[in-house]
Amino acid sequence: MGLLEAIILSVLAASTPLLLAGAGELIAERAGVLNLGVEGMMIMGAACGFAAAYVTGSVVLGAVCGILAGTAMAAVFGLMTLGLAVNQVATGLALTILGIGLSGLIGSGFVGERIVGAPHLYIPLLTDVPFVGRILFGEDPFVYLSLALVIAIWWFLYRTRAGLVLRSVGDNHASAHALGYPVLRIRMYAVLFGGACAGLGGAYLPLAYTPFFVPGMTAGRGWIALALVVFASWRPGRLVAGAYLFGAATILQLHAQGLGLGIPSQLMTSLPYLATIVVLVLVSRNRGTSGSAAPASLGTVFVPDR
Amino acid sequence: MQIALERRPERSNTLAVLSPLLAVVLTLVTGACLFALLGKNPVTALTVYFLDPLTDAYSLQEIVVKATPLVLIAVGLSLCYLANAWNIGAEGQFLMGAVAGTWVEVSTHGSDAGAWVLPAMLVVGALAGAAYALIPAVLKVRYGASEILTSLMLVYVADLFLDYLVRGPWRDPQGFNFPTTAEFDPVATMPLLIEGSRVHLGAVIALVVVVVTWITLRRSLKGFEIRLVGAAPRAARFAGFDSDKLILFTFAVSGALAGLAGIIEVAGPVGHLQPNISPGYGFTAIIVAFLGRLNPIGILIAGLFLALTFIGGEGAQITLKVPLDLTKVFQGILLFYVLACDSLVVYRVRLIRTHRKAAAHGIA
Repeated sequence: MGLLEAIILSVLAASTPLLLAGAGELIAERAGVLNLGVEGMMIMGAACGFAAAYVTGSVVLGAVCGILAGTAMAAVFGLMTLGLAVNQVATGLALTILGIGLSGLIGSGFVGERIVGAPHLYIPLLTDVPFVGRILFGEDPFVYLSLALVIAIWWFLYRTRAGLVLRSVGDNHASAHALGYPVLRIRMYAVLFGGACAGLGGAYLPLAYTPFFVPGMTAGRGWIALALVVFASWRPGRLVAGAYLFGAATILQLHAQGLGLGIPSQLMTSLPYLATIVVLVLVSRNRGTSGSAAPASLGTVFVPDR
Repeated sequence: MQIALERRPERSNTLAVLSPLLAVVLTLVTGACLFALLGKNPVTALTVYFLDPLTDAYSLQEIVVKATPLVLIAVGLSLCYLANAWNIGAEGQFLMGAVAGTWVEVSTHGSDAGAWVLPAMLVVGALAGAAYALIPAVLKVRYGASEILTSLMLVYVADLFLDYLVRGPWRDPQGFNFPTTAEFDPVATMPLLIEGSRVHLGAVIALVVVVVTWITLRRSLKGFEIRLVGAAPRAARFAGFDSDKLILFTFAVSGALAGLAGIIEVAGPVGHLQPNISPGYGFTAIIVAFLGRLNPIGILIAGLFLALTFIGGEGAQITLKVPLDLTKVFQGILLFYVLACDSLVVYRVRLIRTHRKAAAHGIA
C-alpha cells in the first residue's frame, strides 16, 4: 500500500465521526436548536458503544447502543430546552459536563480492553483494483453510512415537504407556529436525530477508529463538529467538504510529526483547534453581518402562547 | 401528556431564593439513587460525600482552598453571562494565567529577587488571562466568529502550550524527568493565612473580589450597563450602551480573574507548574456561576458547595471505591437541576392531557 493511499484511507476514517456528528447537529440547528452538548453525546456514544460491543462481541449492537445513548442524552436536552424553555447554551454545556462524567463512570470498567473493530468492506476484484480499490470499496461500513446519511439529509431538507417545514421552524418559529405546525415537537425530533447521529459518531471511535476505549477519547471532536456546521453554512454538501478538509488537516499533522521536523508535538497537536478558530473567523468574516446563513431562530427560546 | 409553560405575571422572589436550594436537594436525591444503582448504601455514601468533609479541620481548609479558584473564576464568568457574552474557555485562561505568572518565577528563580516577585506574578498572570480571553472577544466583535467555539478551542491550545513548557524549556533539571518546573522560591509562594494551615492569601483575594463585584454591580453605571445589556439589549442600545465594548470588557475581566486564579493555584497549593494543575476548575466554575444565580454572594456560597463535592468525591473514592468521575456526574446533574429550577422562577409548568389521550381514556 502506497503512502498516499494510506493517507487518504486514514483521512476518510478521521473525518467520519466529524461528519456523522455534524450531520445530526446540522438538522437540529436547521430546526432552530443549538445543542452545544455534541461532545457529551459523542463521548457517551463512545463509552456505551464500546461497552455493548465488548459484552456482546457485536459491532452492530455496539453502534446501536451508541445511537441509543446519544439519543437519550439528547432527550434530556430536549426536555430541558423545549419543555422547560431553559437557555440552550447553558443546557448544552451541562450536557457535555454530564456526558464526560457519565462516560468515565461507564467506561471505567472497560479501560485497557480491546475488541475486534468493524470489518472493512471487501468485494473481490473491485477492492483489489490498485490504488482506488481500497479507497472506494474497502472502507469500514460507517464511512459509507455517513455519506449516505448526508445525501439523505440533503434530500430531506430540500426535496421533501417535511424538510421544508423543519427549515421554516428554524427560520421563523412564530410564523411556523401561526401556520399550525407543532414547533416544539418538530424541534424535539430534530434534537433526538442530532443525538442519535452524535452517539453514532462517538461510537465510531472505539468501534472502528481505534479498537479500545479511553476516557475523553472524543478529544473535542464534538466541538469541532459544531464549528463544521458553521463552516458549512448549514448546508449538507459543504459539511462533507469541511469534514474531509478537517480530517486531512488532522492526518497530515500526524504524518508531519512522524517526519520529525523538530516542531514540538504539542504545537502540531494544537493545529486542528487553531485551524478551527481560523476557519470560523474566515467564514464569519466573508459572510458579513447582514447575510448570515444561520437559521434565523437559532438558539432562541420558543414558548407557544395558547 | 404534554408540558405547557405559562409565564408568571411577576417574578417570584421566594422561588428565586429557593430554586438553587431545591436544585441541591434534587441532586442529593438523584445521587442517592445513583449510589443505590452502584450497589452502595445511599445514606452512608451521601454522608461520606457531603457531611464527612465538614467534620474535620483539614477537609474544611481544603474546601476553602478548592473554593478559591472556583469563586474567582465564577465571579468573572457571571459578568459575561449577565451581559449575554458566552465565555466558556475560562479553563484556558486559568492555565494561561498560571503559565505567564510562572514565567516571572522562572526568570527570577534562584536569584536574590525580593518581595516584589509574588505581586508581579499575580499581575502578569491576570494580564495574561485577560489577553487570552480577549482573543475570542475580539474575533467575535470584529468578525462575528462564535465566541463559544473559539474560547473553547483555546482551552485545548493552552493545555498543550503548558504541556510543552513543562516538558521542554521549563523542566526542572533535578526533577527526575517528571514534567514539572522546580519548586517555586519562597518569595514566589502565596503566604499562608495561619502558619501550618493550608488556607492561603488567595482566599482573602477571592473574598475581596466578591465584595468589590457585588458593590460595583449594584452601585455603578458599569454594573447597570452589564445587567441592562443582558436583560434588555434593545433598551440598552437606545440608552447608548455599546454592546461590543461590553463583550470586550466582560471577557477581559473574567479572563483576568481566571488568570489570577491560575497563578494563585500554582503559587499556592501546587507550588510548581505541571500538567493537570486543574481538575476542571474553569468548567466547574460555570456551574458555580449559575448555582449562585450570577450573584457574587450567591457564587461565594455555591463555590464552597462545589468545592465540597470535589473533597467529598476524593473521600468517596478512597472509602467507597467509587470512580472519581462520579463527582463530574454530580456536577452535571446539579447544573441541569439549577437550570430547570430557574425556569420555574419565570414560568409555571402545567401538564396538559392531549385531546387524543383524554378521549381514549374517556371522561366518565
